[in-house]
Amino acid sequence: MDWSELIEIAEQERNAQKAIRVHCCTSTGCQATNSIEVKKRLVAAVKEAGLNAEVQVVGVGCPGLCGQGPIVEIPSEGLQYQKVTPDQAESIVSALQNGGEADALQGDPNHPFFSRQVRIVQENSGKIDPERIEEYLMAEGYQGLHHAIYEMTPAEVVQEITKSGLRGRGGAGYPTGLKWATVAKMPPGSKYVICNADEGDPGAFMDRSVLESDPHRVLEGMAIAGYAVGATQGYIYVRAEYPLAISRLHKAIQQAKRKGILGAQIFGSPVDFTIEIRVGAGAFVCGEETALIASVEGGRGTPRPRPPYPAVSGLKGCPTLINNVETLANIPAILRKGADWFSNIGTDTSKGTKIFSVTGKIRNTGLIEVPMGISLREIVEDMGGGVPGGGKVKAIQTGGPSGGCIPEQLLDTPVDYDSLKKLGSIMGSGGMVVMDDSTSMVQVAQFYMEFCRGETCGKCIPCRAGTVQMYQLLTKILNQQATAADVEKLKELCGMVAATSLCGLGQTAPNPVMSTLHYFENEYLELLQPASVRPSNGKVPVRPS
Amino acid sequence: MSVVTLKINDIDVAVEAGTTLLDAAKEAGVRIPTLCHLDGVSDVGACRLCLVQIEGIPKLLPACVTEATEGMNVTTETPELQEYRRMVVEMLFAEGNHVCAVCVANEHCELQDVAIEVGMDHTRFTYRFPEREVDISHPQFGIDHNRCILCTRCVRVCDEIEGAHVWDVSGRGPAAKVITGLNQPWGDVDACTACGKCVDACPTGSIFRKGTTVAEIDRDRGKLDFLVTAREEKKWTR
Ligand SMILES: Cc1cc2nc3c(=O)[nH]c(=O)nc-3n(C[C@H](O)[C@H](O)[C@H](O)COP(=O)(O)O)c2cc1C
Ligand code: SF4
Ligand code: FES
Repeated sequence: MDWSELIEIAEQERNAQKAIRVHCCTSTGCQATNSIEVKKRLVAAVKEAGLNAEVQVVGVGCPGLCGQGPIVEIPSEGLQYQKVTPDQAESIVSALQNGGEADALQGDPNHPFFSRQVRIVQENSGKIDPERIEEYLMAEGYQGLHHAIYEMTPAEVVQEITKSGLRGRGGAGYPTGLKWATVAKMPPGSKYVICNADEGDPGAFMDRSVLESDPHRVLEGMAIAGYAVGATQGYIYVRAEYPLAISRLHKAIQQAKRKGILGAQIFGSPVDFTIEIRVGAGAFVCGEETALIASVEGGRGTPRPRPPYPAVSGLKGCPTLINNVETLANIPAILRKGADWFSNIGTDTSKGTKIFSVTGKIRNTGLIEVPMGISLREIVEDMGGGVPGGGKVKAIQTGGPSGGCIPEQLLDTPVDYDSLKKLGSIMGSGGMVVMDDSTSMVQVAQFYMEFCRGETCGKCIPCRAGTVQMYQLLTKILNQQATAADVEKLKELCGMVAATSLCGLGQTAPNPVMSTLHYFENEYLELLQPASVRPSNGKVPVRPS
Repeated sequence: MSVVTLKINDIDVAVEAGTTLLDAAKEAGVRIPTLCHLDGVSDVGACRLCLVQIEGIPKLLPACVTEATEGMNVTTETPELQEYRRMVVEMLFAEGNHVCAVCVANEHCELQDVAIEVGMDHTRFTYRFPEREVDISHPQFGIDHNRCILCTRCVRVCDEIEGAHVWDVSGRGPAAKVITGLNQPWGDVDACTACGKCVDACPTGSIFRKGTTVAEIDRDRGKLDFLVTAREEKKWTR
């Protein structure tokens, strides 16, 4: 299909729109609270009320406030309902028809949780039906890809991305343009694009939400990347725990193929690009790029030393571009609206927006997309609504098992790659756990160490054996059986494991311990054995029972 | 052939481009401790003993997989590196069940050698005393997982030189172990050609030839009697 036909489809879709759209979230979070049934009942109620000509009920992606699901929104009326039950469907429709209040929990779509967001990656999330390519086309979908193929050379696309200042959203914040340029400059031949949708951080679900809410956006980003670096084959590596994301991706790939947007001769041009899905078994380490490539090749998912980097020698020994879901989902918007527009958002070193999944001791849990540079305090207090029941925030954990804890007094720190790093944490992929006064920081450190101990691949000794030793020491401290010497040993281990491990998992595994030791050392010291039972006089210590 | 020159511990060396730092160090007469490296098979950079410091690079890099480049300035011994190496070896001793006194490889063990080399005389870490298996189902060989340090030399030797790929690794983290076949008893694995290369590759006493382990000596006392009888009565059959 050529471009004019696709424009035509978008136009038809626009004309077919009814006056009022009722959006019902059908993502994993809301499905878990029965949103599919809610949607069914809404459809039935609309029919019952004879409103079929004016009202359409649309199953949409995630609007973000997952903790309050199922969410039903009627944007044209400025209405939002939360925790909707199937039985409330009729009342919502009748309020729409006759005015008055519906018998359902009404939310405020203008709450800072929503109003402070800047949505680029999620611009369509919660607004379009992710299972219909027509809705994506209506939302200016695939225009970036068309613009790239017909109006830009591959080198110009790379330049545009470089100019935008976009950095990788998968954790390390590597400049995306630079990575693309490296792959593009490798001699022509087989090259690959891989989308990293492994998302293994405990508590993180940004990538899942993007894939479920707007799968075509990720496909478009990959196709643009393929054109820019000279690859004709792409893979999406997604964990098996995301069945809805996988099925929506399958559907999206099929629809795009049928419309000539993926496969051979995209939009009738000489450009080819095919995308296949690879389902991973859910090991955290398989998110590490070299382990991921080994897994795609059918091998055991273990990292290998870099260099050579995948950009030089990746999948099957060929130059491979590997980017995170969110990174790729930024690309269509950058091509559509230009690098200058994108680089105006954010701070000097961190451009654009970042999605965080805010969880823990906080009133509004869910996904937020905020401009880089916003302060942590704004996120937690204004958008998140603070600790439920009026408790006090103690610290915020960012970056999951590779990140650290930031104490309350530093909450005015702006969210960007470099500021968070300076505090001993990282941006990571966007997990954000809020902790209140009742949280023991040693326990937090132990939790993450337990995670790393179970997820280390076991290839290199410092990570395989070091995480076990650190976990044991943390447990000993929590059991109040440790002495000051044990804390020293813990510090030594942190330094050694970080400096000598083979891949990022081991290199960053000590971060949660180091940052809690740095900001909350007192909590560790309070748990040490009282001085009286330490062997100071050569006598055998008496252990309190 | 192009040549690069570099400095290792202030010694100038010239090596062929593409040479690893480990080989370059050998050329310069500098010893770097290793465990997972084995001449003749590919390197994996797993044991981290060969980490060295390179001027201008913030990370420590493993000498076995890092190529020498022009003008590199490499240091192989610093107090920090020595401490890290000692900790690696201490971790290994705490991780498995290593009892030298009753091991087939006593005094012929690379783990022991490395421990002596890095000056480890005790481990500061808690012994884990894991429960691990011994598999003696193979007619000629056995594997004692208690002594395995997961260097994967057996895996690589069997795959790359013998081409049988009997060995592999299964499990993650503390549960990781080398396996034969599809995690079957070694004796049941048809692919094994009984070539014994894994025995030669193993740095410790983990993979061994049967009949050589402690307390396995099987004496043939009857032979003495037979010899005497044979000599005296000219009876040469037993
Ligand atoms: C242990 C470990 C786990 C990782 N998990 C993920 C992941 O789940 N998703 C992801 O995108 N990147 C993950 N990464 C980072 C990737 O290795 C890689 O840097 C990233 O996919 C590059 O994409 P980007 O440049 O777009 O950020 C992980 C890294 C490590 C060391
Ligand atoms: S650091 Fe950990 S996860 Fe990475 S290669 Fe080593 S053992 Fe595996
Ligand atoms: S010999 Fe280089 S890491 Fe083991």
